[in-house]
Amino acid sequence: MGKSRIAVAAAAACALALSACSGAGTSDNASSSDGGAQEITVLMVGNPQMEDIQKLTADNFTKQTGITVKYTILPENELRDKVTQDVANQGGQYDVVTIGAYEVPIWSKNGWLHELSTQMDADTAYDKADLLKPMVTVASGEDGKMYGAPFYGESSLLMYNKEMFAAKGLTMPERPTWEQVADLAAKVDDKAGGVAGICLRGLPGWGEGVASLTTIVNTYGGTWFEKDWTPKLNAPEFKEATKFYVDLARAHGEPGVAQSGFTECLNIFSQGKSAMWYDATSAAGTVEDPNASKVAGKVGYVYAPVNKTKYSGWLWSWDWAMPKTTKKADASWKFISWATSKDYEQLVGKELGWSRVPAGKRTSTYSIPEYKDSAKAFADITLDSIANADPANPGLQPRPATGVQFVAIPEFQDLGTKVSQEIAAALTGRKTVDQALDESQKLAEAVAKNYK
Amino acid sequence: MIRRSLWGVVAWIAGIVFVFPVIWMVLTAFKQENAAATNPPTWFFTPTLDQFALVFDRNMTPFLLNSLMASLFSTLIVVLLATPAAYALSLRPVAKWSDSLFFFISTKMMPAVAAFLPVYLLVKHLGMLDNVWTMVILYTSMNLPLAVWMMRSFLLEVPREVLEAGEVDGASLITSIRKIILPIVSPGLAATALICFIFSWNEFFLALNLTATNASTAPIFLVGFISSEGAFLARLCAAATIVSLPVLIAGWVAQNKLVRGLSMGAVK
Repeated sequence: MGKSRIAVAAAAACALALSACSGAGTSDNASSSDGGAQEITVLMVGNPQMEDIQKLTADNFTKQTGITVKYTILPENELRDKVTQDVANQGGQYDVVTIGAYEVPIWSKNGWLHELSTQMDADTAYDKADLLKPMVTVASGEDGKMYGAPFYGESSLLMYNKEMFAAKGLTMPERPTWEQVADLAAKVDDKAGGVAGICLRGLPGWGEGVASLTTIVNTYGGTWFEKDWTPKLNAPEFKEATKFYVDLARAHGEPGVAQSGFTECLNIFSQGKSAMWYDATSAAGTVEDPNASKVAGKVGYVYAPVNKTKYSGWLWSWDWAMPKTTKKADASWKFISWATSKDYEQLVGKELGWSRVPAGKRTSTYSIPEYKDSAKAFADITLDSIANADPANPGLQPRPATGVQFVAIPEFQDLGTKVSQEIAAALTGRKTVDQALDESQKLAEAVAKNYK
Repeated sequence: MIRRSLWGVVAWIAGIVFVFPVIWMVLTAFKQENAAATNPPTWFFTPTLDQFALVFDRNMTPFLLNSLMASLFSTLIVVLLATPAAYALSLRPVAKWSDSLFFFISTKMMPAVAAFLPVYLLVKHLGMLDNVWTMVILYTSMNLPLAVWMMRSFLLEVPREVLEAGEVDGASLITSIRKIILPIVSPGLAATALICFIFSWNEFFLALNLTATNASTAPIFLVGFISSEGAFLARLCAAATIVSLPVLIAGWVAQNKLVRGLSMGAVK
């Protein structure tokens, strides 16, 4: 007993000494690097493309430039809170952060971000003209300068299980209308076999259910706000679109549609429990990965379904941005330009595989033969959908703020989430669509007052 | 006899129900992503270590070391401070001891988030953001009231007669602490230390908001696996399994004392 006690105490003492060293060591590093700018800190979301860059940094970027990069990974919502807190309090803890298309206009207007246009224009090798135009638009602030450097972009498309369609003798048009999709969903729906006709996002959240629904609203001619900020949530077009979406989801959607977001739908579709899935183009990478999906190689891809517009895909990008509080702007730009360069795409392709290239931001990506080959099922549709998404007028009327599947104002996080809770009530049958949208209209009116 | 075995069955069922999520987490950690979230659940699969490889790819060592440092140091300080405080509130009660006992516990009545803004600003002005020692101090203050209360109830178990007998035999304060009190309360001390360790190890809110790149703890590492794009359940389970190991080991080491310590206050 006595001996074992001593052993435990000794082990604890060793552990303490060890951790004391590491703690002291890390803080020393941080303070000594201030002058030399040899270390930058990066805060990012944990998406697959970000995991890849973490793997490639030390052997490539650090080797070439001598700059070490320290990564912190947080989920989207925590990242937003953290950056807001850091910038608002002048904490200066991060040199580079990932931000989405929604944040760029808002944060740049708040004066939280460094503009990046000057550096981009000065660097001819960067080839700014190669960036897809809608990607540039969503990464720019009100003043027209770029505040984010696009890392990868996405639109939305319709995925379908080719085996299930073949078994029922059905064909999917390349540019389906929502009416056609509803017909197909009814035919392919197999409740007894546990297969839903279509998987749609219904989970409350401005970036979840609202994203899918808003693209449907756009193509049905509806909008959240008119150019003069008049809310239109209970206008006939918005209602028609929402009724269509709710009816389709209730009749032929996946079970528990009001609790299904991207992750849930990905699981359902990749387990072969749904014949179709309308979601982000970036889902295709995981759907085609045999380790994560049982339907890899069996999936067909077509354009986002439409009604009154020609295209209706959404537009999202993950961008690298520099908070104003960074003291290492030069080193940070070196990192950002490396991460968004053509060379980096080549590096990912050669080291990790061409299907993992962070695509959707440069025209040139789509002329790399290896990439085209690995992504041939969805590459052209993705490029065309992104190129034809108009964040200033994604439907039938100009909008007061940018965004296809969102409205880029700070209030939208809250408004979108509350409205989607109303819609979820309609999805579960607790409210009618009319009731849900009348409530939503009131919420939107309160927001509109801030802008009128 | 039948009655006893019936209770045995109930106890086992309750035990399994409580442990099931943990077992499921460990099982999921050995699956591929495509088997992690099936409906119905997958019970039989070929185990793989792929997910653990992915977790170690992300360099988790600094996070674990930070957690270890914050938890061990704060637990040590808590035990060193709480035991004398509890002594002065139980065996040799100071004047108005019940008031100070309630002052201690009153600090736990407000949710941490309500006091967070002043804490953040203070830490920021002291230049202590993203520093492991900040977490040591905060975890110490977070666990101290609880430890004082726990230690007090354990010290009250020490029979007065034994203490008095020691005094009659001429034992000094130091001797009676070493030879009488400590041996009796050591299971309680172990239980208190373990609970403080677990609370510090699992703490998320303060760590999320006060650390950035140098001092982040293991729970912050964990949430990094939650992604809005792509499948992550199996990997998250693998990471969670690794992160819960140290607590499991600490509990296992202290197992014998714990059972006695945790039931100490209960047998009255």
